[in-house]
Formats: sequence, C-alpha cells, structure tokens
Amino acid sequence: MTAANPILLPGQSRHGARVLIGVAVVLSILFIAAPLVFIFARAFAQGWGVYVSNILHPMTLHAIWLTTLVAIIVVPLNVAFGIAAAWAVAKHRFPGRGLLVTMIEIPFSISPIIAGICYLLLYGRQGLLGPWLQANEVQVMFALPGIVLVTMFVTAPFVAREVLPLMQAQGTEQEQAAVTLGANGWQIFRRVTLPNIRWALLYGAVLCTARAVGEFGGVSVVSGNIRGQTNTLPLHVELLFNDLNAVGAFAAASTLTLIAILALFVKAALEGRR
Amino acid sequence: MSVIAAPIRAKRVLPGFTLSLGTTLLYLTLIVLIPVAALVLKGAEMGPERFWRIVSSPRAVAAFQITLAAAVIATVFNAVYGVLMAWVLVRYEFPGKRLLDALMDVPFALPTAVAGLSLTALFSANGWFGAVLHPAGIPVVYTIWGIALAMAFTSVPFVVRTVQPVLEDMDPALEQAAITLGARPWAVFFRVVCPAILPAWLAGCTTAFARSLGEFGAIVFIAGNLPFQTEIAALLAYIRLEEFDYNGASAIALVLLGFALVLLLTSNLLQFWAARAREGAR
Repeated sequence: MTAANPILLPGQSRHGARVLIGVAVVLSILFIAAPLVFIFARAFAQGWGVYVSNILHPMTLHAIWLTTLVAIIVVPLNVAFGIAAAWAVAKHRFPGRGLLVTMIEIPFSISPIIAGICYLLLYGRQGLLGPWLQANEVQVMFALPGIVLVTMFVTAPFVAREVLPLMQAQGTEQEQAAVTLGANGWQIFRRVTLPNIRWALLYGAVLCTARAVGEFGGVSVVSGNIRGQTNTLPLHVELLFNDLNAVGAFAAASTLTLIAILALFVKAALEGRR
Repeated sequence: MSVIAAPIRAKRVLPGFTLSLGTTLLYLTLIVLIPVAALVLKGAEMGPERFWRIVSSPRAVAAFQITLAAAVIATVFNAVYGVLMAWVLVRYEFPGKRLLDALMDVPFALPTAVAGLSLTALFSANGWFGAVLHPAGIPVVYTIWGIALAMAFTSVPFVVRTVQPVLEDMDPALEQAAITLGARPWAVFFRVVCPAILPAWLAGCTTAFARSLGEFGAIVFIAGNLPFQTEIAALLAYIRLEEFDYNGASAIALVLLGFALVLLLTSNLLQFWAARAREGAR
C-alpha cells in the first residue's frame, strides 16, 4: 500500500525522503539504540568471568528470584482480569462502559510513586488498615504482599488494553452462533473466543511480565529495600549503582534488558499473525 | 426484519456478564480505587490550609517547576521526533525499517531504572556521549536537561504509536488531489496531513506529557536530586515518605494525581475526537 504510493511528502523528491530517513535513523540510534547497547557494553566491560560472578552473587540471585516470584503471582491474575474486563466491555452493552474503560486505564497515567504512596496510606503502620493488620500480625508493607499489590496496580491495564480492542473488532456473531448451537459459557470461551484472541493475549501477558519485572518507583516505596529480603531486581540495580559498583549494576540490568528484548521479539513474531 | 431484530439484540445473549463484570469491578476496586481513595481521604483529613502550606512551600514549588519545565522540554522534543518517526515508518520503504520500528518499543519494554542507569552512564564524563559533551561544556547529567532526556526517552512511544495508525489510515487520494491542484509539498503537509493527524498527535503528546510528569525510575539516576535545582516532584514525595512525613508526601502526590487525571481525561477526549475524525475521513 505505502510502497506503491508515489507521493513523497514533504520533500517530494527522493532527496527529501533520504534526508528525513537519515535524520530519523541517526536520531534513533543515538537516542534509543545507544542506551540499549551501552548496557551490555558496560556489563561485559571486565569480561565474561566478572559478568558471571556478578550475576551469581547471592544478593543478585535472590533479587532475580524475588522478581520472578512477583511476576509468577501477578501475571496470571492480570491475565484473568484482562480477559474478564475485555469480555464484559466488548461482548456486552451496559451503561458506564466508557467510564469502566477509563477506569481500567487509570493506573497507566498515575505515577507508580503515587501508587506506592496510596498503598502505604492504606496498609502501612499509620495507614487506614494498619492497626487491624498489626493486631492480626499480617505484614503487607515492606514484604512480598505489598510488592505484589503495587505491581498489580501498575500492570492492571496491560492485558485488557491488548485484548479489548481485538474482542471489540471481532464482534459477537461467532459467540452468538455458538450459543444457538447449545454451547455453554465455558465452551464458548474455550472454543470460540480464546482461539481468536490468543496472540493478543500472549502479547499482553508478555508486556505485563516485562512491566512487572521492571517496576521500580512503586515497589521502591513499599518494599523498604531490605537487602536479601525485599530487594527486587530493579531495586538491586539502584543499590549496586549507589554502592558505586557500576559493572555489577549493569550486569543486573542486563538480565532485565534481555527480558525487554525478548518481549520485543515476541511482538515482532506475533505481528504477522494478528 | 429490523423491528424484530432490535429486541433480540437488546437481550443479553452471551453468558458470563455478571461474572466478568463482577470480577472486573472487584479487581479495580481492590487494586486501584480503594488505594487511590486512601490518598484522597488523607488529603481531606489534612484540610485545605495544611495542604496548601505544604504544596506552596518553596521547595515543593521549585520541584513542581522543575518537573513541569523538564516535561515541557521532553514533550516538545517528542512531538517533533515522534511525528518524524511515525512519518518515516509509514511513508518510506528502506532497509532496516522493521528494526527501526521495533526500536520504538524499547522505551516501553525496558525497565525505567535500567534506562536511567544507562542514560546516566552514557552521558557522564566517561560515557560515550559524555566524553564528547563534557569537554564541550554541555553537562547533561545532574541538570534539568538530564531530567528532560530521561522523560523524553520513557515517553516517546506514546507519540509515535498514536500518530502511526492515523497516518497509515490516511487516504493518499487527498494528498494527490492537493498536488494535482498545484499545492507545494510543505503546503500539502501543513494543510492536508497536519489537520488529519492533529487530534491523534495531541492525544499522544498529552499522554507523553502525563507520563513525563510522573516518571521516577529513569530520573533519580540522572538528576542528581539537588533540592531547588534538580529535584522532581515525585522524588520530593518519596523523600517526605522516608522522613515519615506522610502529610507532606500525600499533598505532593495528590497534586500529581490531579494532573494525571486531568491529562487522562484530556487525552481520552482527544482520542474520541481522533476516532471521529478518522471515521469522517473514510
């Protein structure tokens, strides 16, 4: 479509197009590609051996484990929420649909720091539920539940955002046909809806994973940064950086970067299928 | 026919409405609404006078000014760079185009702390760019330019990804007609292309601006975090928390929350306008 389009605006000439492409490529290399490449350049600055020993450091390994654990808890919950929200909004009509969509997007525009503060005001020692939690000896803040909750807040829109537009575009005809043929709700979802949305769902889950493992601001408010206990991988990166262990910080950062690159590959692979 | 069809459609045919809506509302209430309500409640408990005293204190005002100024710089840069990228990615074919397109998603996928770490090292005196910029007397790290840089990096996909689909949808016949009528290329760009992408472009810029105002992870590394000079609002709220000054933190957080909600509303209205404009253009 675009290749056949003979118009090259502005700079209708081929020369103008070359200039624009050149500027775009150079800017993107300097602005986006360089920081990405630089992470690996610094992580391997002292060789492969130092890199491996940095990754295998017990504190780093613990941070990797904690971050993985958070993702394992958060991502399935988020997938379930995303599917439920998309099913409710895309397949049914009810008053307040628009409002619901806006509400789902709220975490997207709220700073994670604010999310962290909200949770602290709710579950913290001086928080609204603080006295009750203390009386029942439930530790939410500065522990795993707090980290999980904030990550759930921050990642809430990710799956819904990918699945909802697709479900809306696909309409309800196929599902209605299934109802007519006597299928029950679960059968409709498994046999009709899920195959239609699986790639968008997978992409949403991958994005959610990338965001969950990378969450920094919100987690840094609620985790208390206890070394070897509530230090997630992004917090560990900051800690190493503040300890002036730049190579260690970049080594830890490189693992997170790999997850980000993996997410982009999944996106590229799925693009043709959707 | 349609008279009969209408009531059937109005009836809920598909199952799972109560379950799915119930799950959605429960999740949103527990995870999003109640925590946000806790913050609003804290603000109400504080009272307007105390709130105002915290928010109008010189250090808070300076933090808001720095945050706003840096976010404006970042958004202006992204407004231009984002449209350029969307334009180049939609209109031209060239080797490496798919890679360039994938690159636009990097700031979304890369954790902000990692981006901040990398940008800081890259622009500090012994980094690739800092080694050139520092001798030239252009310090980026620990200045407002560093803050703006981190904001621009984390928010650029918002502009690219909102403008791109609109450009893809645009009917080339419009531009061809303008050229046939003798319009010069730049005139076609400003009078045909610009009006078509304007709502989406504004919506993208609004979201990018909102994201910049709330950005934290990328900035704490590069800013240096000096009060009155390079201390952003989100960081000041964080510092107040560490001092156990929950009122101070909540007041600043409420201001940021207010900004975020207003910008979200603006962006949604713009996107609504953009969707209508697109339907009209078809």
